[in-house]
Amino acid sequence: MSKIAVTGDDAIAQAAKLVNPDVVAAYPITPQTIIVERFSDFVADGEVDTEFVCVESEHSAMSACIGASTAGGRVFTSSASAGLMLMYEIIQIASSSRTPIVCAVANRAISGPINIHGEQTDQLLFRDSGWISQFAETNQEAYDQTIMAFKIGEHPEVLLPVAVGIDGFILSHAIEGIEPVTKDSVYNFLGGERKSTLRLDPDNPVSIGLLHLQDYYMEARAQVRDAQQRSKQVIIDTFNEWKNLTGRQYNPVESYKMDDAEYAFVTMGSGAGNARTAIDELRAKGEKVGLIKVRVYRPWFGEEFSNLTKNVKGVITVERAHSFGSPGGILGQDVKSTLFDAKQTPYVAEYCYGLGGRDCLVKEWVEIYNRSKQSFSEGKSLPYFWWGVRE
Amino acid sequence: MTDNIIDIRLHGRGGQGVMTSSYLIAEAALLEDKHVHAFPTFGPERSGAPIAAFARISDEKFYMKTEVYEPDVVVVQDPSLLSQIDVTAGLQEGGLVLINTNNPNKEDVQAVKQKRPDAKFATVDASKIAAEEIGLSVTNTAILGALCKVTDNKIIKLNVLEKAIKNRFKGKGAIAEKNIKAINRSYAEVMM
Repeated sequence: MSKIAVTGDDAIAQAAKLVNPDVVAAYPITPQTIIVERFSDFVADGEVDTEFVCVESEHSAMSACIGASTAGGRVFTSSASAGLMLMYEIIQIASSSRTPIVCAVANRAISGPINIHGEQTDQLLFRDSGWISQFAETNQEAYDQTIMAFKIGEHPEVLLPVAVGIDGFILSHAIEGIEPVTKDSVYNFLGGERKSTLRLDPDNPVSIGLLHLQDYYMEARAQVRDAQQRSKQVIIDTFNEWKNLTGRQYNPVESYKMDDAEYAFVTMGSGAGNARTAIDELRAKGEKVGLIKVRVYRPWFGEEFSNLTKNVKGVITVERAHSFGSPGGILGQDVKSTLFDAKQTPYVAEYCYGLGGRDCLVKEWVEIYNRSKQSFSEGKSLPYFWWGVRE
Repeated sequence: MTDNIIDIRLHGRGGQGVMTSSYLIAEAALLEDKHVHAFPTFGPERSGAPIAAFARISDEKFYMKTEVYEPDVVVVQDPSLLSQIDVTAGLQEGGLVLINTNNPNKEDVQAVKQKRPDAKFATVDASKIAAEEIGLSVTNTAILGALCKVTDNKIIKLNVLEKAIKNRFKGKGAIAEKNIKAINRSYAEVMM
């Protein structure tokens, strides 16, 4: 098929259309709005069989999704920033109720001050919730990962909700060309309708989401923990099946020019595109630098990550997110922990960048590299640093 | 601009369809199998507030995802912006500025020209064309015909732009035809 021109939001809406969920319950918020608008068009035009539930808030959106999912439905929603935070209580219920809802996130900065532009802190706020959490670099990836998210989440060994993040505006509102797939191929890829073994069924009554006190609460949480671990193989298998279908290769942890790299950028989402461009420029000058792009953030693929950092002298984490008062970045903490566990001791420099959608140009990625390498060559890691902040 | 990448920045006001302009450029470029990244930047959505949109185009695959700070081409859809923002900020040496105006001799147009004597300037009365052909003072499509002409059809071709407009306004009655008439007029009427 030839490429179609779509924004990131539109790509996700188109992907959801092919999936043809039983229920979508969503509330619009910039920069996610187009996903909901487009999808409601599909519903109004009869292009999907979905029941679209108009709700009065994100809290209700996720609640409706959980209801639909526990009834056995295939369910999709989408949000961002403040919307996710209003949803936050119910986000936890989605994972603990083992409802494989797919939620697209148009990553947006957190208030305050109020800001509508790209930042990943919103999705990282529910890092610890049991959701599978992924980020996309391009609209094609957003499209593909949205479809794959249903297969991963609904797998009987997993049964967890899945978030797919795209950077606000830089992807959500950006036109790129994507190669579409067909509705039939998606239907077959997903194995037809959702097959739910545990659901609310009047003929076979079960209870979902009951009170668990000192007697069973930890076991219930441990089941989510185990499902997260089991999802790793399912994610890898699903990515491989997608490659067989489309030719497009996905890995939970991606690498670019890492084979002989002495230094590695680590990042997530659309910033990886600028990192690649900076790496190409640096490589042309003889610098041995590569990129590790974390596509799947939760579960964390530590072994895959540390396989890539075995031989590097320095690791440079660059993340569009922050955690006040922490010992570094959010992604940075995962990276340092992984290096420690793998008994690897490269120098580390951690950067926070681009909050509230502030651009970080290719030449700045080059500067970040030069600044970090300079310190590494003097035998020093660098303290956590907020790039480009005016003092 | 890097190597074979063309960077375009469009200036307009909320409600004038600046975003759609950048999308149409991208959609036309994609019809020729080029690689694109095009998006707007705005604050809280407000009618009339200054808005910029960007289109980055290349024959080769590229990965860069940033706003455009050093454009090869600047398109000014709303002439009232000339005296309010620096439309030539970061413009490449010898870059191109396409301005929608009903009077190329007007002070604000001349002031921009004097500021950047190295640049190439083109003007077209896209507002008039849009009003007459489309019945709206929305210049987002009308000015793009002029863009094809002043870039010698090298970024996007007029006939490909026509196709992109047909795709975008599919099923919306006579709108596509009206817009196609408008781009053909601005193609013919633009002045370098």
